[in-house]
Amino acid sequence: MDKQALIDYTLQLADNALIIGHRNSEWCGHGPILEQDIAISNIALDYIGQARNFYQYAAALIGNGATEDSLAYLRDAIDFKNCLLTELPNGDWAQTILRQFFFSAYQYFLYQQLQQSTDQQLAAIAEKAFKEVTYHLRWSSEWVIRLGDGTEESRERMLHAIEELWSFTGELFEATTYEQQSVNDGYGVAFQEIQHSWMKKVGLVFEEATLPIPAANIWMQSGGKKGIHTEHLGFILAEMQFLQRAYPGAEW
Amino acid sequence: MEKDFEKIFQDKIDQEIKIEPRDWMPEKYRQTLIRQISQHAHSEIVGMLPEGNWITRAPNLRRKAILLAKVQDEAGHGLYLYSAAETLGISRDEMYEQLHSGKAKYSSIFNYPTLTWADIGAIGWLVDGAAIMNQVPLCRTSFGPYARAMVRICKEESFHQRQGFEILLTLSKGTEAQKRMAQDAIDRWWWPSIMMFGPTDDESPNTLQSMQWKIKRFTNDELRQKFIDVCAEQIKVLGLVIPDKDLKWNESTGHYDFGKINWDEFWQVVQGNGPCNKQRLETRKKAWEEGAWVREAANAYAEKRKQRQTVTAA
Repeated sequence: MDKQALIDYTLQLADNALIIGHRNSEWCGHGPILEQDIAISNIALDYIGQARNFYQYAAALIGNGATEDSLAYLRDAIDFKNCLLTELPNGDWAQTILRQFFFSAYQYFLYQQLQQSTDQQLAAIAEKAFKEVTYHLRWSSEWVIRLGDGTEESRERMLHAIEELWSFTGELFEATTYEQQSVNDGYGVAFQEIQHSWMKKVGLVFEEATLPIPAANIWMQSGGKKGIHTEHLGFILAEMQFLQRAYPGAEW
Repeated sequence: MEKDFEKIFQDKIDQEIKIEPRDWMPEKYRQTLIRQISQHAHSEIVGMLPEGNWITRAPNLRRKAILLAKVQDEAGHGLYLYSAAETLGISRDEMYEQLHSGKAKYSSIFNYPTLTWADIGAIGWLVDGAAIMNQVPLCRTSFGPYARAMVRICKEESFHQRQGFEILLTLSKGTEAQKRMAQDAIDRWWWPSIMMFGPTDDESPNTLQSMQWKIKRFTNDELRQKFIDVCAEQIKVLGLVIPDKDLKWNESTGHYDFGKINWDEFWQVVQGNGPCNKQRLETRKKAWEEGAWVREAANAYAEKRKQRQTVTAA
């Protein structure tokens, strides 16, 4: 059993949740409809919760005084393993919705499987998170449909969002060495099956939203899971980690 | 006839029977409530901004989750309050319109900036503390939907206040830099917080009528004094100082005496000259304008669905 792979695998789950949660939380107070402001903040809150659970587990595995906060606040971008999709700027509501839909669909199938993980901690966290993600997927699917099949403008904006985001969806299913190891060691989820389920789900929702699926030969961006990020992550961390960096060792 | 209705109305109030949306009520009672409840709702929504300012910079994951939940609660409070006001015959969009045009006000306290993390503590302790002082009596206010909304709101607000105090307590036990941060936040938020109770009683023309209608249960000065008495004790736990050299216990009144409030500043901020008035209103307007296409799309889609269902049914 490769312990470092388990740590990396867990950190990747945590980083994804933290970074997309951070992005969604930027909407708090600025949403287009009060009810939706609440909904997206609630999703952000679910993510912070998921991130904490995964970080706490990773910290326990790492030992040496690591904590959920040292992992979130004292690592630099090179050590963050979140997918590029999660760190992209919010853009307009269409872009935020589409990112959420792509990612929720991914997490839905991932957590569904992860509940059966041989690692009991991961299985337990996934079980709790699966309930939340099920709601996120329903909410974001409904919005994709509403915007795709809403007005001319909302459709245009969704088409633009697809153009912006589609090339970041490939990375979700591209296994890194630690993900490969997680499958070999029996606690991780193999991507082949969930990629198929994801495509099917996206196809169904896009069809109802009257939106086109992009061509299969589009070049896919990747790197986040290996610590090679977009320029955006550095700014997220600069903002998020400010107090911990400016006042080292202080209790808050 | 009108007189009879008015008598029945006042009798109900005197007997502590709640007024419900379909009951007859004097036009001025309705208008006063619309003004007060919508102002309260707007305060919740605008109030999300100064605190929201620190969500992405909260110092640890626990604080981040608590702050996000808190700001989200405020959106929820706004929602209950807009709904309560809607029962009086005004739509949420009309209320937004009044906010954006400057016709409706919101609590002036949110026109002050949140400059450090300690401000999040000070807002919780002082601003939410003052709000609770104002709001607890509103749980018994004469208009049913408002009173019921306030019961839910007060439960959450007291949780917020404890969180704020706890942030300050942690800072007060921390490093020198943290203590300085905490004191600075209290220095900046103290006076604006005690101004939250509004003008003194002799300068508050609406108070008498509102007390008679039991919209208000205590005067501005009564509530302000109560708040100051509580804070003057709590500050001792923090080991910090309230920035009022005249603040001292008065044996004969059984209350704390306090210094002169700068009402010029209060009126300047009310009139739009606070440090963040423009910024807050612009931010709200921007969110509203940029959300227009989203709301249109949601309506258009709902309409399409309805039509499709009608066709299917036929």
